[in-house]
Amino acid sequence: MKRQLLSGPYLIWMGLFTVIPLVIVLYYAFTDSLTGSFTLKNIASLGTYLPIFLRSVWLSLLSALICLVVGYPVAWTIAQAKPGHQRFFYLLVMLPMCISFLLRTLAWVSLLEDTGIINRLLGSIGIGPLKLMRNNGAVILGMVYNYLPYMIMPLYTVIMKIDPRLIEAAQDLGCDSAQVFRKVTLPLSLPGIVSGLTMVFVPAVSTFYISQKLGGTGSTLIGDVIESQFKAAYNPNLGAALSLALMVLVLICVAVMNRFTGDDESVATL
Amino acid sequence: MNRSVRILSSVLLLACLLLALAVPGSAAKEQVTINVYNWGQYISDGTDGYIDVNAEFEKETGIKVNYITYDSNETMYTKLKTGGSSYDVIVPSDYMVARLISEDMLLPLNYDNIPNAQYIMPAYRGMAHDPKDAYSVPYTWGCTGIIYNTKYVDEADVGSWDLLWNEKYSGKILMFDNPRDAFGVAELRLGYDVNTTNEQELRTCADLLKQQKPLVQNYFMDQMYSALEHEEAWIGVYYAGDFIQMQWENEALAFCFPEEGFNLFVDALCIPKSCQNKDAAEAYINFLCRPDICGQNMDYLGYSVPIQGATDYMDPEMAANPVAYPDDATLARGYAFLNLPAETSQKMDSLWLEVKTGGSGSRVLIFGVIGVVLVIVILALVLISRKKKLKKRRAMYQNK
Repeated sequence: MKRQLLSGPYLIWMGLFTVIPLVIVLYYAFTDSLTGSFTLKNIASLGTYLPIFLRSVWLSLLSALICLVVGYPVAWTIAQAKPGHQRFFYLLVMLPMCISFLLRTLAWVSLLEDTGIINRLLGSIGIGPLKLMRNNGAVILGMVYNYLPYMIMPLYTVIMKIDPRLIEAAQDLGCDSAQVFRKVTLPLSLPGIVSGLTMVFVPAVSTFYISQKLGGTGSTLIGDVIESQFKAAYNPNLGAALSLALMVLVLICVAVMNRFTGDDESVATL
Repeated sequence: MNRSVRILSSVLLLACLLLALAVPGSAAKEQVTINVYNWGQYISDGTDGYIDVNAEFEKETGIKVNYITYDSNETMYTKLKTGGSSYDVIVPSDYMVARLISEDMLLPLNYDNIPNAQYIMPAYRGMAHDPKDAYSVPYTWGCTGIIYNTKYVDEADVGSWDLLWNEKYSGKILMFDNPRDAFGVAELRLGYDVNTTNEQELRTCADLLKQQKPLVQNYFMDQMYSALEHEEAWIGVYYAGDFIQMQWENEALAFCFPEEGFNLFVDALCIPKSCQNKDAAEAYINFLCRPDICGQNMDYLGYSVPIQGATDYMDPEMAANPVAYPDDATLARGYAFLNLPAETSQKMDSLWLEVKTGGSGSRVLIFGVIGVVLVIVILALVLISRKKKLKKRRAMYQNK
């Protein structure tokens, strides 16, 4: 009973700032922007934005996978270091997050643009200018750069907790290091991988700033469309319908990803 | 120990909350504050030794100015519509003034508080967007046109809106990031009326803009300044006054009034319904209409003055600048935007969204994505079923 009381403030907070706004989003998604009457028009028009939804999902999925490939060795290395060093490395990973993510993205713009630092350096040795930004690759770069710490954090926590005796046991039973990794370390770090993928994918799929700054005119993401509906087009109804669709999409993706972990027992046998 | 920390932290939290509640309350009692909601880069703010208009106003009247900016008429309109914030003075363009009037979002002005309105030039009185001058006082006027960099752009290509569709400069072209101005460019290039309500014509314009999209580096508003000044882009379409400021930073920039015609606009000072201090707002409008203030302000802004006698307070070179004050033959090619009916506006908004979001994405990518998603789902299903089988098998062993 007492424990339930303790979670009270959070429940009130969530009711006020999550549940009620969701109801408002629902209301807007099903009303007309001019008359305010009930309509399915907004939902019906979502089909037009399918390519943009797909592009957003595709780019953020790709970034999440790249984050995993880049982040796993980093997390593993940190987890293997001495405890004192671990804290320092962990701090290094977190350090970029102390600077506003808007500023860091803008910094990439001045690095990559045609008259940017990299192209000017290349120009001085006679190369270029190369088209480094305003394409999907630059958007993925921005996503990976911004969300990489979200991948490393959960991976590090999970890998650190793996019982070294399990690895020793595997070695004793004749596994080489690749087998140890495949049969012991990787399956045991699966929960970290899944939560890392989720934590990168969810913010990446709804981002709008990165694509506006680093993407070209053809790499509009669903976040950009939603932002434009609320900011300049004054069509919150369409914006709400798009947000709703995005939310459902994210929930489906997260549900699929969580399917990979399930309960801990079956993970070990997977 | 633990308990004292808890008590201390809750006291601190309480103190913070109280402070947050108390500060704005006490400040409001001391002096009047007006919220001025204006375009970005649209007032002389003391840069390079020019006048700081807001500071000057505060010094003279004791009224505090809370200055906030927007990047397009549409952004400002949306902010007003969604509410939640109150503004005392806004600066919409002509067509937006008319739209705000028609939607009953403005307060009529009390000219007793704006004696300096007598200096408004006759040409800028009783204009189409506000025939009785009941709601608006002109702040500036100007033209849109093409800004290009003479270092990279061949003079032979300059002269018409075609320059913005010239494939030679692909990836170096900047376009307006608001539907009205962007469609205006397309309409002028096609020879349509800039206030057309014909859906077929709007669709043709949208197609033209879609055709332009692969060549466009970015859809920008005030970000054009930096991109054109440091030569990241070579061609842009923007307002004449802003060009004059850009040229101070980069002398290679030049301006062209396209031969097909261009938008001639008036930006006006208005008071929205959400105004809290109408007298103070009118005092601010009155201040901006004073010839000496207007002159010094426009001296920095580069936009054209609608106030008689203001040019006396300007740098003579600026007052004779042919970009800010084109000759009559050029001005004859200027067209004013009028308010469009709500359905046309909405049609234009949705077509604009189509231009910005649809299009150049390749079909291959879409099918590729669908394929990948399908593979992932199938993989997930296979894994799940395998896991279930494993579980079942294990359950069987345990039962035995």
